[in-house]
Amino acid sequence: MPAIHYILKDGAVRTVDVRDGLSVMEAAVHANVRGIDAECGGSCACATCHVYVAEADLDRLPPPDELEAEMLDAVAAERRPTSRLSCQIIIGPALDGLTVEVPATQS
Amino acid sequence: MSARTLVIAGASCAGVQLAASAREMGFDGPIVMVGDEPHLPYQRPPLSKGVLNGRTAVDQIGLRGPAFYDEQRIELLLGRRAVALDVAARRVTLDDGSALAYDHLAITTGARARVLALPGAALDGVLSLRSLDDALRIAGELGRVRRVCVIGGGFIGLETASALTARGIHVTVVETQTRLLPRSFTPRLSKYIADVHWHRGVNVLCGRGVRAFLGTSRVEAVELDDGHRVECDLVVTGIGVIPNTEWARAAGLPGDRDGALLVDTRGHTPVPGVLAAGDCVAMPSPFTARPGRPVRLESIQAANDGARAAAATLVGRDAPCVAVPWFWSEQHDLKLQMTGLGEASDTLVLRGRPDDHRFTAFHLRDGRVAAAHSVNRPAEHLLSRKLVAAGVAIDAERLADESFDLKSTLAPV
Repeated sequence: MPAIHYILKDGAVRTVDVRDGLSVMEAAVHANVRGIDAECGGSCACATCHVYVAEADLDRLPPPDELEAEMLDAVAAERRPTSRLSCQIIIGPALDGLTVEVPATQS
Repeated sequence: MSARTLVIAGASCAGVQLAASAREMGFDGPIVMVGDEPHLPYQRPPLSKGVLNGRTAVDQIGLRGPAFYDEQRIELLLGRRAVALDVAARRVTLDDGSALAYDHLAITTGARARVLALPGAALDGVLSLRSLDDALRIAGELGRVRRVCVIGGGFIGLETASALTARGIHVTVVETQTRLLPRSFTPRLSKYIADVHWHRGVNVLCGRGVRAFLGTSRVEAVELDDGHRVECDLVVTGIGVIPNTEWARAAGLPGDRDGALLVDTRGHTPVPGVLAAGDCVAMPSPFTARPGRPVRLESIQAANDGARAAAATLVGRDAPCVAVPWFWSEQHDLKLQMTGLGEASDTLVLRGRPDDHRFTAFHLRDGRVAAAHSVNRPAEHLLSRKLVAAGVAIDAERLADESFDLKSTLAPV
């Protein structure tokens, strides 16, 4: 199973093994990774599952679609070029080892 | 903190959030959560959306992973239901006759689907949609049904119609009121939604009630009050819910006229030691036309924010719930996002054009933004939440002008 690394607010790293098909958000919520609120349950409606993708991993992801890009304008923490909504990143073998950082706040 | 026992009645979104927040805030006593369904606590919003249209698998909708409950020392009693409450003895009785003693009780029992007590309601193929089992039952029928009659033109009914239409099923929606979403939407927005459904092939019948379900063993048609027959091989009803509070009200907890338990913004019921949150409560909201009036908000946001406020109360922190209400729906290719309470608003302002299927309808009350309904404009929705929370006063013409920067109306933080 692909492993996803979550860098938490305190700098600690949580690594979660995830089965293919789940989103980075779902994997975080199931594993109780703190700091990914995901209040809408993954329907790209709330912008509270914001993460920063490690720069080295950015090329492995398809770019955000229009809705996600628009939502990213409204995230609570600073938007950076590496900002993504974790509910829109679907995990597959190609994303093994993906590292994402949890922002300071979601709301 | 002393190790006092928290019993949570209802393994709902509110219940799980309350437990998670209580632990996060340092509550270290035993937590026992009682849930009447056999499943680990799950999210309800996908039931009428992704679960029906086949995009969401059941193992994706857990509120938390299975390990969460052990890690957080939350004892789950699944398949059991609270049936009686003794507030003097601080004891909850379950349906298997066992009893749980508590120091703190949190009631998060949610609500159940209203059923239509009409002739034929017991026929096979007459279903409602509230629980995971309901959704799986409906999904299991989809391979062999061609025509579905959805009773109720509210969010559940319309999401169901949308999900089934996407699977190639012909859907008729019957709504007794003269328009869709009558409680949430203005006539103009109702018309917009009805047009979208119509163009996607949904047969929308408003202003008509249901007289009976017809069939021998399985439903074959719905008979309307004007005598019209809607031929169908499955019926899904979505006509509202009833709070699961009878057992608590029998113990003296006050409810509103719909049976929702009355709580303050800290989640307190009037009974010492008893908190409540989620779909089963009515809480005063500053966002109604009459601020402070208790309202029952059937939404994830209300469940989460109410649960967090109750958890804070539990650990002796004062963090009342003053969150702006918001919720969302998905119908066909529309992402509907709504914030605030539009009741008694006096002016409706459109920003963007409904014809483009990207717009926000702002509801003004006394010149201030009271509510906003967005279609496929998620960023504007998030901004609208801030406008409603701040009660921003804005000129209607400026609001309608898309070249005007709405963010500038918010005071810099």
